[in-house]
Amino acid sequence: MQVIDRRQNPKSKSLGNRQRFLRRIKSQIRKTVKDAIENRSVSDLDSGEKVSVTANEIGEPTFGFDAAEGSRNYVIPGNHDYQRGDRIRKPSGGSGSGSGGSPDGDGEDAFVFMLSRDEFLNLFFEDLELPNLAKRKLKSVASEKWSRAGYANDGSPQRLNKYQTMRRSLARRIALKRPRLHELNRLEAEFEAAQTRADSDDGKHSDDGKHSEDGEHSEEAERLARLIEETRDRMRAVPFLDPVDLRYNRFEQTPKPATQAVMFCLMDASASMTESLKDLAKRFFILLHLFLNRHYRSVELVFIRHTYTAAEVDEETFFHGRETGGTVVSSALEEMLRIIRERYPVQDWNIYAAQASDGHNFDHDMPRTIALLQREILDLCQYYAYIEVGEEESSYVSALWSGYAQLESHPHFARACVLDPTEIYPVFHKLFASNRQAS
Amino acid sequence: MDNRTLLYEGSEWDFNHLRRVHDAIEEIAIDEMGLNVYRNQIEVITSDQMLDAYASFGMPLMYSHWSFGKRYSREALLYRKGAQSLAYELVINSDPCVAYVIEENSMTMQTLVIAHACFGHNHFFKNNYLFRQWTHAERVLDDLAYAKRFIAECEERYGMQTVERTLDAAHALMSQGVSRYAPQRPVRPQDAVLKAESRKSHHEATYNDLWRTLPKAKEDAEKEDTAEQEFDAAALRLPEENLLRFLSLHAPKLKDWQREVLDIVRKTAQYFYPQQQTQLMNEGCATFIHYQIMNRLHQTGQVNEAAMLEFLHMHTAVVTQPDFDDKRFRGLNPYALGFAMMKDIHRICQSPEPEDEEWFPDIAGRGDFMSVLRDAWADFRDESFVLQFLSPHLIRKMRLFAVRDASDSPHLSVEAIHDESGYREIRHRLAQQYDLSKRDPEIEVTEADLKGNRRLVLTHRVRDGKTLSSTNCNRVLRHVANLWGYRVRLIEVDADTGHTLNNYDAVALP
Repeated sequence: MQVIDRRQNPKSKSLGNRQRFLRRIKSQIRKTVKDAIENRSVSDLDSGEKVSVTANEIGEPTFGFDAAEGSRNYVIPGNHDYQRGDRIRKPSGGSGSGSGGSPDGDGEDAFVFMLSRDEFLNLFFEDLELPNLAKRKLKSVASEKWSRAGYANDGSPQRLNKYQTMRRSLARRIALKRPRLHELNRLEAEFEAAQTRADSDDGKHSDDGKHSEDGEHSEEAERLARLIEETRDRMRAVPFLDPVDLRYNRFEQTPKPATQAVMFCLMDASASMTESLKDLAKRFFILLHLFLNRHYRSVELVFIRHTYTAAEVDEETFFHGRETGGTVVSSALEEMLRIIRERYPVQDWNIYAAQASDGHNFDHDMPRTIALLQREILDLCQYYAYIEVGEEESSYVSALWSGYAQLESHPHFARACVLDPTEIYPVFHKLFASNRQAS
Repeated sequence: MDNRTLLYEGSEWDFNHLRRVHDAIEEIAIDEMGLNVYRNQIEVITSDQMLDAYASFGMPLMYSHWSFGKRYSREALLYRKGAQSLAYELVINSDPCVAYVIEENSMTMQTLVIAHACFGHNHFFKNNYLFRQWTHAERVLDDLAYAKRFIAECEERYGMQTVERTLDAAHALMSQGVSRYAPQRPVRPQDAVLKAESRKSHHEATYNDLWRTLPKAKEDAEKEDTAEQEFDAAALRLPEENLLRFLSLHAPKLKDWQREVLDIVRKTAQYFYPQQQTQLMNEGCATFIHYQIMNRLHQTGQVNEAAMLEFLHMHTAVVTQPDFDDKRFRGLNPYALGFAMMKDIHRICQSPEPEDEEWFPDIAGRGDFMSVLRDAWADFRDESFVLQFLSPHLIRKMRLFAVRDASDSPHLSVEAIHDESGYREIRHRLAQQYDLSKRDPEIEVTEADLKGNRRLVLTHRVRDGKTLSSTNCNRVLRHVANLWGYRVRLIEVDADTGHTLNNYDAVALP
């Protein structure tokens, strides 16, 4: 009999099976994900999601009998007062559900299961990718980091790898037959014993004169002494630790792509931006933040709101603060440039910017805005997305929308228009679809 | 033997206690009950791991397939919601016999599980004729490891989707993938020659010129044609009930790895076939054994009253049989009926009534009930076991009655109840209920044209008017067509009248 403790075995052995299952019901999950973005408040987007699956899609068909056809016999327990030949009206719900002795047992019902947060986000952002990643990685090779790269024969003492060194030392000592320390100790102990015996023999000798034995003992002692000497020599010749044994941890410098990103949220805070428009913008910002989080170890957020002047604010003020005044977009862009120069050197940071606005801008500011974007900002940014939020569809073309038309050709620029919360995800999807870059 | 020291106290378990309990039980099981078991291997697992094992046919290693993921998701959900509790144990027919126990079990539960799984099921696996004939306990785990590796390699080489399609198709045919009869031994060529010669000499010896004057029954050409067809059928060994084997041997378009995949699924199905045929007996045997062992442990003072009460509580829950009109009724509980039948045999052997003398002259009053039970466990399956051992006493006790449900009648009719005229009828019908070959549709390959249009014909022999459900049938047939590579037809033929009831056709997707 054998008792084995398997509790420490790796968990979730069926992870592979689960992935296969998820792939199988992808279309259904996509629908759930779409519903999620439409119905859920965006703030809890960052959690898992329930997916209900209908039996149809994941059925495993087998040859089985049609329940409505043919005749069946059941033997069932618990008869009360039925007599042979009694006839029982079938319950209307279906044939023999009362007797239900059907051996096929319970059918495969539709069921609901949970997607984990990661699985949910994976599907949520499936087919999307951050544009212009490759380019910036090459640019930002500047920072490097050390990583382990095997062992070296020399190095500084603090990098000595004791395990590898002792392994080699042990191998060499075995190969060259270096005597063990305990062998030497044993020989010395024996020598000691032989010596005392020889000495005591010496004492006896003067009394009764047994020459033969006396000679034997001292001979033995001499032999041992020689042996000890040889062993010592050999131990000196084959040292415990030899310079050839030494191994040091080796480190190599590897270029580290910049994996930190900063996301600028720019928003028009003038009176024309109502709460609902701000909410639309917020949804977009949150999506972008989630998305960036999946690609970068840390994503910093900078909120800049502007009227005719711009200021960096905290998130709360950004979304809920009220201000009045005109609209000068270039003020926000200048503020952004200033912050980049101060805190986010381009070689270390991936810079993303999203601007949300209802499209208003003072006419006299447009040339300056376009010039700032075209000459400076777009080249610094990985991606600059402009979304225009509106209450309803209208034929009116806003100042920013028409002004930004000439930026369309720039690879780092994208714009889109959102009128309703349900459009956020499709628009986001469109902006970041992985095949976008092909054009 | 009596008044030994307690094996354990309280509900906490540890590995030493497991070992002591196992040894104490072994003493009773082997020496007193005469059981014959494989070496035991007890593995302690967590509930997550139990769910894992649930999902993949209850096997410790299994190849990857999405359906296992689906099953896991559902089981996990039911478990988390509390709609379903986990089994206390899971046991695998292998040598050594692997039994999984959950870490959350109390010490009494572990004792019960060791008695139930490591000696009950283990004895049954080792001795029942179906298991001995059809499964190879010593190499099950190796086979599974091989299957897992092979499928993983295929996925790597041919792509996940391709392998998945083949596996889906194979899984759909799993219950048509078992051989129900021992393979027919092929005729050796020299025997065939001998047979032909003896027939010839028989013809010569009984030659009568008068036969020549009779008119010939058929045209020669036609005869030759049918002869050739018959030859084809014989070469393919038609009709063939094992669809998976037939496809893996003869499907013209399959690649070698696909044939191997079909064989893997077929072997898995075959491995489980004895378990499906003996569920009632297997559980009955294990339950009876754990009941005997626990009582014996208590008698000899090795477990205390508290443990015994806990055990009885669980045991009663397991062998509860709700009546047919009870909300909890889910068909006959194999634990309940199996245990009741074993107890009944015990009763017949030890204190028979006149009725039992008449019904079971061989075993009534024989006293040594263990040897009767051991023989029964070795030589029967559910169907034959019920047919042989279900007693009038038990029919009365469980108040069994037989009901007929015909689709063309608005009524259910009671065909037999627990009275003198009904015993045999009930026994017969209950046995039929456990006959797997009657439970699954009877589908065979009857025609396969390998030269002309390459059409494959399956025939379903319809009994009692039970036709196939058409949506499922069409879907499975599409799988068959994809494996076969050409058109496939399924004909439903009434077994009694020979009339054709339905036709299904499916073509292979390119």
